[in-house]
Amino acid sequence: MTGTGIGAPVRRKEDQRFITGQGRYTDDLARPGQTHAAFVRSPHAHARIRSIDTSAASAMPGVVAILTGDDLAADKIGGLICGWMIHSKDGTPMKAGPHPALAQGKVRYVGDHVAVVIAETFAQARDAAETVEVDYEPLAAVVETAKAKGAGAVVHDEAPDNLVYEWHLGDKDATEAAFARAKHVTRLDITNNRLIPNPIETRAAIGEYDAGTGGYTLYTTSQNPHVARLVLSAFIGIAPEHQLRVIAPDVGGGFGSKIFIYAEETVCVWAAKKVGRPVKWTSDRTEAFLADAHGRDHVTHAEMAVDENARIIGLRVHTTANLGAYLSTFSSSVPTYLYAPLLSGQYDIPAIYAEVDGVYTNTAPVDAYRGAGRPEATFVVERLVEVTARQLGMDPAKFRKKNYIKRFPHQTPVIMNYDVGDYAASLEKAMEIADVKGFGRRKRESAKRGKLRGIGYSSYIEACGIAPSAAVGALGAGVGLWESAEVRVNPTGSIEVLTGSHSHGQGHETTFAQLVSDRLGVSIDTVNIVHGDTDKVQFGMGTYGSRSGAVGMSAITKAIDKVIAKGKKVAAYALEASEGDIEFEDGRFKVAGTDRSLAFGEVALQAYVAHKFSGQDLEPGLKEGAFYDPTNFTFPAGVHICEVEIDPDTGVTRIERFTAVDDFGVVINPMIVEGQVHGGIAQGVGQALMEGAIYDESGQLVTASYQDYQMPRAGDLPSFQIGMTSTPCPSNPLGIKGCGEAGAIAAPPAVINAITDALGHEEIAMPATPQAVWRAVQRARPAMAAE
Amino acid sequence: MAIVSMTVNGKPVTADIDPRTLLTQFLREHLRLTGTHVGCDTSQCGACVVHMNGAAVKACTVLALQADGADVLTIEGLAQGSELHPMQAAFREHHGLQCGYCTPGMIMTAVDMANRLGPDLSEETIRSELEGNICRCTGYHNIVRAVEAGARAMAGQPMREAAE
Repeated sequence: MTGTGIGAPVRRKEDQRFITGQGRYTDDLARPGQTHAAFVRSPHAHARIRSIDTSAASAMPGVVAILTGDDLAADKIGGLICGWMIHSKDGTPMKAGPHPALAQGKVRYVGDHVAVVIAETFAQARDAAETVEVDYEPLAAVVETAKAKGAGAVVHDEAPDNLVYEWHLGDKDATEAAFARAKHVTRLDITNNRLIPNPIETRAAIGEYDAGTGGYTLYTTSQNPHVARLVLSAFIGIAPEHQLRVIAPDVGGGFGSKIFIYAEETVCVWAAKKVGRPVKWTSDRTEAFLADAHGRDHVTHAEMAVDENARIIGLRVHTTANLGAYLSTFSSSVPTYLYAPLLSGQYDIPAIYAEVDGVYTNTAPVDAYRGAGRPEATFVVERLVEVTARQLGMDPAKFRKKNYIKRFPHQTPVIMNYDVGDYAASLEKAMEIADVKGFGRRKRESAKRGKLRGIGYSSYIEACGIAPSAAVGALGAGVGLWESAEVRVNPTGSIEVLTGSHSHGQGHETTFAQLVSDRLGVSIDTVNIVHGDTDKVQFGMGTYGSRSGAVGMSAITKAIDKVIAKGKKVAAYALEASEGDIEFEDGRFKVAGTDRSLAFGEVALQAYVAHKFSGQDLEPGLKEGAFYDPTNFTFPAGVHICEVEIDPDTGVTRIERFTAVDDFGVVINPMIVEGQVHGGIAQGVGQALMEGAIYDESGQLVTASYQDYQMPRAGDLPSFQIGMTSTPCPSNPLGIKGCGEAGAIAAPPAVINAITDALGHEEIAMPATPQAVWRAVQRARPAMAAE
Repeated sequence: MAIVSMTVNGKPVTADIDPRTLLTQFLREHLRLTGTHVGCDTSQCGACVVHMNGAAVKACTVLALQADGADVLTIEGLAQGSELHPMQAAFREHHGLQCGYCTPGMIMTAVDMANRLGPDLSEETIRSELEGNICRCTGYHNIVRAVEAGARAMAGQPMREAAE
């Protein structure tokens, strides 16, 4: 390891521009002659559009154009797509209704896109949007997840029962047999609350059309600009792929919500040609609440069967997943293949059966949000495990340890083949850091002050490094999930790495440079990471699912290996030695057994001047590309322990301690990895204690601002205690597993297990707000409440 | 339209603006100082914090006309040439930022906090004072470390070695 190589807590290269106000986010860009777009959005959850009158709005100052769904249809612009086909258990394909970028005939949720007003200034566009007269015929709306199936209101005629699919996974008969012979069965009804991702940078887009070349450019807040280009060209039909450039500059957080291809950017890039000028749109926060894809929103009945030796022998779940009013880009996969295959958790469970009903409702589309399916699975498993241990009168840590998978590789009954892990090591380390031994004393001390103290565990596992293309293709994905990289060495020896991954907070400009520095022995200051522009990077699948390290950096590693191989050929000519005698070590190409060598930069220059090998088979230059397709998922795992203190008089829950011990395999930059864990925990604690999207019965989003939707703030959280264990991943060249989602996956059950431990009963749902906890305290103490 | 004059990062500026122009819009669109960000439009998230006459304000809810005659400092004016302000350096040293979007507001709030409360800020004080700044990436853990170290450094005290 060098001072900037793999494993070093290198300070981030990208920070200089962010701490000085020089970051360039989409809304920071101003294109010459740009116009501004404001969307007319549906105030109804469900309504037929009788007519749209734009005459008054068109006469407003500054208005350039007003476009509706009819204009989209006239231009034969296709609808937004869902890229993952799910089949129901009877073999029929999912029932997907159309998803036009601007409504055609009907609106299906509050915030749905009805028309766009394009004007000289944003204020003029907004003023005019308010005067567009839409005559709606309101229809009955279906809002609640559990009541959507067979409700009177039908969101899409294509799905008359509002059922998109009735999917299942696992062996039903084997699971029923396990339950039939169980000594004990634990049953839980679980709601996984609906969340709104809320990156602090809202979505934005600038569409641009060059009449001279016929080419389009879209600047947008995307986690995966190449996927956006592919969808906008091949499916939506804006422009041929080679005539559409998508640029995702600095992006201010995503958490999944910026993976998807939305109506707004589609409209901006399409409208740019129609008005002949760039069209810019920036979401305000309320629009973000209304129209960004939401996350989670499951209602689940879950059961766990154990035998007379306290071994888990079966698990079954029935989940209803709310997919919202339209199928967003990857929505169908989240409650199916990103959920049920994780229901084995860290445990050796011989039989698992999961049924999932995906339902339409008159709410915003629901898609991947940090963790995407895996937090929902982990919450089910870790609540079941905790409650089972309590019902058996066993220590929850001992019950977990007894049931942990201990031999690898391990084939679960739900697709996944876990490659490596040491779950007990993480548990023991977490218990030590969390001072579990001292918990009894702390609980007594709390009790003296009239407070309730509880401790909760969460042993999570996730499938990251998304994903082997053949595997996801077999499960219905419309894309392969490899990653690409290109390593361009300049004649002076400096390097550009072009990557299909996209950084929106993860620090790729530093960690990717660390890899190059480590492998090529060059300073990270001479390495530049290029991403987020389809004209520069040939193709890429983007950043989500903790894939940039395991998949993106593996692609870079392959390309670096090719650079070294080519460098050896160049060095052989330059050093007048045979290629087989050239070794690359510490940044130098050396002739084995001699003191003759050339520095990396010297070989780069030789590669470009080509003086020594002109006319030979060897081509000049030093630039190599690679595509890396993983051979397996990666399986980060760990144990998080939460300790809470509840004030029974107010219901306020304070997180007194939060300990996370994670096995991410090989870590490139521990400072950045710990930062990812911190942020994930904060979002997980947010889900457990405060966050929740609430629609009223008519489908109005009640939580559409930061006054109404409680975001975790600094005072809501403690400092975290972080530890690591490591079993390197065997399936990729770096041994990386991925760290981006761990906290968001692990934290919610840890917090709720701690609260229920403090309460002495299981009757609490997320978010465990002070009001909910206070009510739960009253239920726990009927005698006291009556006094 | 209305004429507004103010000093921004030490430079006098005058412009003829729509009276409803917010200070954020004035800074971002008229002066092209895009380091000041907008995250919520409702004074909740703090991405837009700048200093007006030496005090932190949320520029998304200040009209540019209210800043007439004021001395405004934005994130772009914090460093002295190529030398970072100690709070900027502390955010980098302690990994107090990820996507960077809330960062300008965080740093401007932190500088104001240290100006008001001095170099010895407890974790409790920092967390309480950050009530008006939302970060979705960091979980605040490293921001707290950064503010603590940055406040010390502003008083000329050495910064602690490394992020924990």
